Amino acid sequence: MPAANIQVSETPLVLYALRRADDALILGHRLSEWCGHAPMMEEDMALSNIALDLIGQARELYTYAAKTEGKDNDEDKLAYLRDVRQYRNLLLVEQPNGDFAQTLVRQFFYSAFADLYWRAMMTSRDTTLAAIAAKSEKESAYHLRHASEWIIRLGDGTDESRQRTQSAIDHLWAFTGEMFAVDDGERAMIHAGIAVDPGTLRGRWMTTLSDVVGEATLTLPQNDWMQQGGRSGRHGEHLGHLLSELQSMQRTFPGQTW
Amino acid sequence: MVTVLEHDSELRRRAWDAAANVVDPEIPVLTIADLGVLRDVVLDGDHVEVAITPTYSGCPAMNMIALEIELALERAGFRQPKVRTVLSPAWTTDWMSEEGRRKLHAYGIAPPQSSHSRRALFGEQAVTCPQCGSQETELLSEFGSTSCKALWRCKSCREPFDYFKCH
Repeated sequence: MPAANIQVSETPLVLYALRRADDALILGHRLSEWCGHAPMMEEDMALSNIALDLIGQARELYTYAAKTEGKDNDEDKLAYLRDVRQYRNLLLVEQPNGDFAQTLVRQFFYSAFADLYWRAMMTSRDTTLAAIAAKSEKESAYHLRHASEWIIRLGDGTDESRQRTQSAIDHLWAFTGEMFAVDDGERAMIHAGIAVDPGTLRGRWMTTLSDVVGEATLTLPQNDWMQQGGRSGRHGEHLGHLLSELQSMQRTFPGQTW
Repeated sequence: MVTVLEHDSELRRRAWDAAANVVDPEIPVLTIADLGVLRDVVLDGDHVEVAITPTYSGCPAMNMIALEIELALERAGFRQPKVRTVLSPAWTTDWMSEEGRRKLHAYGIAPPQSSHSRRALFGEQAVTCPQCGSQETELLSEFGSTSCKALWRCKSCREPFDYFKCH
């Protein structure tokens, strides 16, 4: 019999940690899908290494969410035994890999934000989140540099790579607004000095994007209509398929360990 | 009383030495003391607890290192040793010992530079080839065979080499 979903008591702090953990796990899983398929050996290793960093960050955040919740859950149950509607990640990170350009544009949009976000979170009044941030900011600095260099190389490359990268930017743009959205629970945590107001990062995020996209001879879309829903569990069709693969072992053999 | 204190500090030193000699499974010339991964050893009666800090969030060597520390302490006569992971302050390559840097270089891996160079988005890095000492080198890939390394190539001797990234 497949393992049943767990219930999570989503207090504001639990939900806050869970959302960031889900971002890191889902993006890390997406990148791991390139393992053995990347266009060259160096990139195969790079994407797998970045995936490893993100899954490591997810583990710390899940462990903290479980500890804060204080019930019977742990990092594994949170990752393997929640269904699609219980996942709280950004819609951006669940988008399929598509071609190499789409993977790198997704990574670039996220890393440009994560780099600023983790650096700001180092001064959180929550000492565990601040400690996780201090580790993660070092990693995201490398992720951002890696993605930025690829955006420039692809955009300022051949007609084909340029067209594919511009298409990826246009396609993924509508999923970037969700990174800056804040609900009431998070607003209270921002006032308490636990969370960072992502709105304060938007200007610098746009500067990074403009610099890199400009150097890549590409353009950012002008439209500002943004898709939302991931933070409250309303996902696109892609996440269910991703989870069915990510969770298949634990769902089939509940409690199985190595 | 004095004897007890001396006994304790002697025990702690023994525990520290046992833990300090555990090597990184991915770079076996470096001990966890060289790396700066070993943070603290605390004695409570006969029980010993070792604090380590991960290099990277997802570093798969950490589980192995924790197990190796427990085994090393048991071999040194400590019963049911514990290993605790601390995240703060975050590990940095600035904690790598001079001895560690020397060993890395001799092993053929370029040791990390000061972490100040990390922030430059497109900053030029000058990494010296550990084989021939030339500074005419180029980055092949930001991410190498393990989380902590990048892949470089020497333009003088044409040998590829690993660079231990500053962090």
